[in-house]
Amino acid sequence: MAEPRLIEISPVTRVEGHGKVTIHLDKDGMVDEARLHIVEFRGFERFIHGRLLWEVPVIVQRLCGICPVSHHLAAAKAMDVICGVDQLPPTAEKMRRLMHYGQVMQSHVLHFFHLAAPDLLFGFDAPAERRNIFEVLREKPELGRRAIMMRKFGQDIIEATAGKKIHGTAAIPGGINRNLPIETRDGFLKTVAEMQDWSLDALALARDYTLEHAELVGGFASFPSKYMSLVREGDGALDLYHGNLRMIDAEGGTIFDQLPYDRYHEVLVEDVRSWSYMKFPFIKEIGPDTGWYRVGPLARMNTVSLIDTPLANAAREELMAAHGTVKVHAVLANHWARMIEVLHCVEKITELLHDPDLQGTDLKATGDRREEGIGVIEAPRGNLIHHYKVDENDQVTYCNLIVSTTHNNEGMNRAVKDVAVKHISGQPEITEGMLNHVEVAIRAYDPCLSCATHALGQMPLEVELLDAAGQTLDKRARAT
Amino acid sequence: MSGFSFQIDGVEVTAKNGQTIMEAADEAGIYIPRLCDHEGLRHQGGCRVCTVKAGGRSVAACTQPAAPDLVVENETPHINKLRRDLVGMLFNEGNHLCPICEASGNCELQAMAYRLGMTEPTKFPYLEPCRPVDASHPDIALDNNRCISCGRCVRASQDVDGKGVFGYVGRGIHRHIAANGPNLRHTDAEVTDFAISAEVCPVGCIIRKREGFARPIGERDYDDHLIGYDIEKKRDE
Repeated sequence: MAEPRLIEISPVTRVEGHGKVTIHLDKDGMVDEARLHIVEFRGFERFIHGRLLWEVPVIVQRLCGICPVSHHLAAAKAMDVICGVDQLPPTAEKMRRLMHYGQVMQSHVLHFFHLAAPDLLFGFDAPAERRNIFEVLREKPELGRRAIMMRKFGQDIIEATAGKKIHGTAAIPGGINRNLPIETRDGFLKTVAEMQDWSLDALALARDYTLEHAELVGGFASFPSKYMSLVREGDGALDLYHGNLRMIDAEGGTIFDQLPYDRYHEVLVEDVRSWSYMKFPFIKEIGPDTGWYRVGPLARMNTVSLIDTPLANAAREELMAAHGTVKVHAVLANHWARMIEVLHCVEKITELLHDPDLQGTDLKATGDRREEGIGVIEAPRGNLIHHYKVDENDQVTYCNLIVSTTHNNEGMNRAVKDVAVKHISGQPEITEGMLNHVEVAIRAYDPCLSCATHALGQMPLEVELLDAAGQTLDKRARAT
Repeated sequence: MSGFSFQIDGVEVTAKNGQTIMEAADEAGIYIPRLCDHEGLRHQGGCRVCTVKAGGRSVAACTQPAAPDLVVENETPHINKLRRDLVGMLFNEGNHLCPICEASGNCELQAMAYRLGMTEPTKFPYLEPCRPVDASHPDIALDNNRCISCGRCVRASQDVDGKGVFGYVGRGIHRHIAANGPNLRHTDAEVTDFAISAEVCPVGCIIRKREGFARPIGERDYDDHLIGYDIEKKRDE
């Protein structure tokens, strides 16, 4: 009888930053435990202490190079509260929304085409040298070109509203520091219709893949869970920028609804585990064992009552109907959900570009200072919470950030285990396809471990097979 | 007032009696880089970024009187290398994180680095000091991590505001600017003081609260022009 073994995948590739997977095999070679470890230390929650409140939206966005807009806006929303501003001038709110829709669009396009598409187009078991955006460009040049141009459009929107494509500085406590000039708006109006056409094509691609691979999608790291997102006040519509919290169970039953997000800490708590720097949030009343939940594009499709743009709303209804269950639990359906959101963002961008408020000059509101502020936004990868306390000298004394990937921590760990059980249990040898299956499961969540790596092509990956005493039995590595 | 002429980089410059090299150069539309010097404040000669060669000797242009027939070297590769090293040391002595500093784009240290072609980290070690932020005043904050000890606020407060809010404490590398009291709240500093105005502090050390990033990046002092542009354009007029 063989000894228990430990398989380690480190680092996980085509995701942000550094994470690793460990898979514990028992003496029969069956998966006993599988975990995703986040091994990098973030520290922003500590070194923001002492900084002045006006700097916060600019500093904390440096957490991320892919979705800094989300952190910029969540922090700005929290600082709005601290500055006593409950209602932004219309120009400020609409400029921020435009920035956010551009951000969600470009981030989703990046994930779908640049990171995930190689897996979907060429197969999880395809040779590693094929699983990259350059191969997509070579084999499907028009698709690749559109991917680049759609991402560019989103980034151009960010640049026009935030000042820079990455790490802009436009959202300030109480408002925004610029409006949208007419000539800039007119430039976007020339191309936005084409973006909508391309978004519809991308949506069809994601939908067709999901439907044509129904067996794979239905069985790959698919399991029921609770879901949480912001929903619009009143009608519960999809609202990526603002709203109240809604949590549903796997059958769609309400756990809480229209909960003001500044009460998040009344319903959510975070668990700490010794083997990961990432916390495990759960619903306080239910507890850590079964109180975990998921966020993100698919979660949003499950939680919202409707989408307030017609094309995206019809697409969501098709997604929900296609799965034949009350809620959709297949993690790979996230790609379909992402493309629905890309379409929604383009529809919202079109709507905003025709709104004269974007050329307004009332950019900032003021109010009476408060000591505490919470800002929540639906980032591309899911719900994002920023919580700060500021002392009488305007210096930050407390910061808690719950990012989308943290919400999804338990879900990703379960996905890793699900795939490991199905594809690794009983296997004596590690194969390239086996590694990638585990990574595909993580990648489907588009975890925000990934901004730093932006992997194109082969990624550094090392897998070791260790015996129970830690002796290396087998080792394989991918070159960078 | 009688005058005389001298040369800067081969250009004939007219000066009045008593003028420094820098004063005469400014009037002639020739920019000599500087950080501790500022219009309306007495000259200090502290930062040495205005170092020029006059008659073969290295001198501070802000304090060295111009003299008839003096031959001054200003924009030479050697002098600009020295200036670049001085600016590099100022960067490494403090914590100058331009991407998150609200002075970015208005900062003279940053602008000087661009003008002098400092496009990469310097050879000097980062000292990474840990200095407290004094945000006790309701309208003003001091982030000493960004202070370059130019002393402009000291002279502005003493000579223009007549207050003495700021002064130097410590010796050698530990010498730094401090408020004249246990903290800024316990001084008579006001946000309307000349010493607190945006033009006096060349970096992001003196912060006027509630401004932050209200002025967009891209519309700031040095976003479109090199530092010294306002002086050099006089030659075209």
